Amino acid sequence: MKNNFIPFVKKESLHLLRDTRTLLIVIFIPVVLIVLFGFAISTEVNNVNVAVVAPKHTEEINNVVNRLAANEYFTFKGYISQTEIDETLRSGKVNAVVVFDSDFDRLVAQISAGVPSPPAIQLILDAADANTAMAATAYLQGVLLGTASLQEMFETRMLFNAQMKSAYNFVPGILGLIIILVCAIMTSVSIVREKEAGTMEVLLVSPVRPVKIMFAKMIPYFVISCIILGVILVLSRYLLDVPMVSGVGGIIAISLIYIALSLALGLLISTFSKTQIAALLFAGMVMIVPILMLSGIMFPIENLPKFFQWISNVIPTRWYIEAIRKLMIQGVPFIAVWKEFAILTGMGIVFMGISLNSFNDKLE
Amino acid sequence: MSDVVISVRELTKKFGNFTAVERISFDVYQGEIFGFIGANGAGKTTAMRMLCGLSYPTSGRGTVAGFDVMSEGEKIKRHIGYMSQRFSLYNDLTVWENINLFAGIYGLSKNETDKRGTELLSKLKFSSERNTLVGSLPLGWKQKLAFSIATVHRPEIVFLDEPTGGVDPLTRRQFWEMIYEAAADGTTIFVTTHYMDEAEYCSRVAIMVDGRVDALDSPAKLKQEFRADSMDEVFRTLARDAKRGD
Repeated sequence: MKNNFIPFVKKESLHLLRDTRTLLIVIFIPVVLIVLFGFAISTEVNNVNVAVVAPKHTEEINNVVNRLAANEYFTFKGYISQTEIDETLRSGKVNAVVVFDSDFDRLVAQISAGVPSPPAIQLILDAADANTAMAATAYLQGVLLGTASLQEMFETRMLFNAQMKSAYNFVPGILGLIIILVCAIMTSVSIVREKEAGTMEVLLVSPVRPVKIMFAKMIPYFVISCIILGVILVLSRYLLDVPMVSGVGGIIAISLIYIALSLALGLLISTFSKTQIAALLFAGMVMIVPILMLSGIMFPIENLPKFFQWISNVIPTRWYIEAIRKLMIQGVPFIAVWKEFAILTGMGIVFMGISLNSFNDKLE
Repeated sequence: MSDVVISVRELTKKFGNFTAVERISFDVYQGEIFGFIGANGAGKTTAMRMLCGLSYPTSGRGTVAGFDVMSEGEKIKRHIGYMSQRFSLYNDLTVWENINLFAGIYGLSKNETDKRGTELLSKLKFSSERNTLVGSLPLGWKQKLAFSIATVHRPEIVFLDEPTGGVDPLTRRQFWEMIYEAAADGTTIFVTTHYMDEAEYCSRVAIMVDGRVDALDSPAKLKQEFRADSMDEVFRTLARDAKRGD
């Protein structure tokens, strides 16, 4: 009976290939997501509309305003008066207002000389979108400081992502999300579908061991997942210019472990579910929220309350994303992610173990 | 009498407080068509599942093809064929791919598979449907194909769980002809059904009521014993006091 594994893998591959619609969805969704997140959804600050309040038009002030207008991140919307500030921001015409003190030149001179003095510039921002407002503040300060010699006080360098591109941040997150969702969803229906169709009974009366049924089910999905991984990596590298400094070897190695883990998770869901709908709901809906919230895709884990930080430890995506960020963006050698690698391997073995254990060859 | 292939003594299955099968005992001989008759919920399927190694008996003893149902389930599986009441082939695979799969599962070599598969198809007059998806075949054809595939590895015993459910009378006839043919070749057939006319086709019949075997003999003798004209009458006499089923 040693040869009954190959026909089984063949059967599972045929199921997958015959289901063209699902296959297309599974391959195209990652592409769409990567392009969407890479281009459309960005946390970069572009096109900040700025109005200026300048009681006097000194040369110093004109220089600052010219520099502001020349900057690609800002659009200069003209001068307004002190009384118009609130209304202009409220109407949404501008996102930020720069208010120069009437005594601007003297105050700047004082500050440069080290004499304590009141602020020379006031920044008023529409903080309805807090993140954009924060980022715009930082940019504005950078541009405005160019006038004063205060600039020399700081030297800031943005390592690994000098241009602050959001794609660098999103690609590892999306990779982590897509792989676990696609793999878990695809495999979660695979066993329960046979339970529903009645074919599982026939498999269980046959001499095929459950462990073979499980592995045979994983193989074709593993191949598809590898194709998806390849597509995402190529898109990230050549379309979004994500650096992958430390080479793709390490990225692929840890991704393969992560894929295997996700497939095992899908099988686990499948062995516990009674219907395909239940399996799909669990894989698609119940899992997605904790993965999005607690794995560092949307919010940095350090910002979470202690309790959720603790929970995030059991979410595999968290470890995968951490490792991929290090490998892709920071360019550390593979050895530096040994901890994440070990954790993912361990989790994979646990998932596989539990699902094998619960999927026995009895029906009741 | 010829060899005993299934032997069951006091076999019992309990689910919690519910006794699905209560201390049933019988022997099945080689080449026999052994019918298991009963209303829905009488315990037919549960009893059959214990014999196939799909579920462990709560108590009692039994052997199938010479192997113990308690401890040698895996060995039993290699010597039996099985076809369930729900259609059990893969709809998204072709006829030939289904044959190949099940032949492969039972460890048939490539040559044997080709030979058996071709033979099986020509017997069914299905040769032209070789590359048709099973899902697009009419139900009757599917059932006949499923039976052929259940016997592709030439098992000693074939278990059929309500194989003719939902099939038209003509196809049922053809199906029973296939069963006779297999039995004539020496395969033992163990079949559950709730069609009483099918009970007449069996060599011997066990009638299950509320988890117990209440009568066991050939249809002719049962009719004589219960002074009935048909198996239907025999069954109704026995099932009159049944508490379960519909």
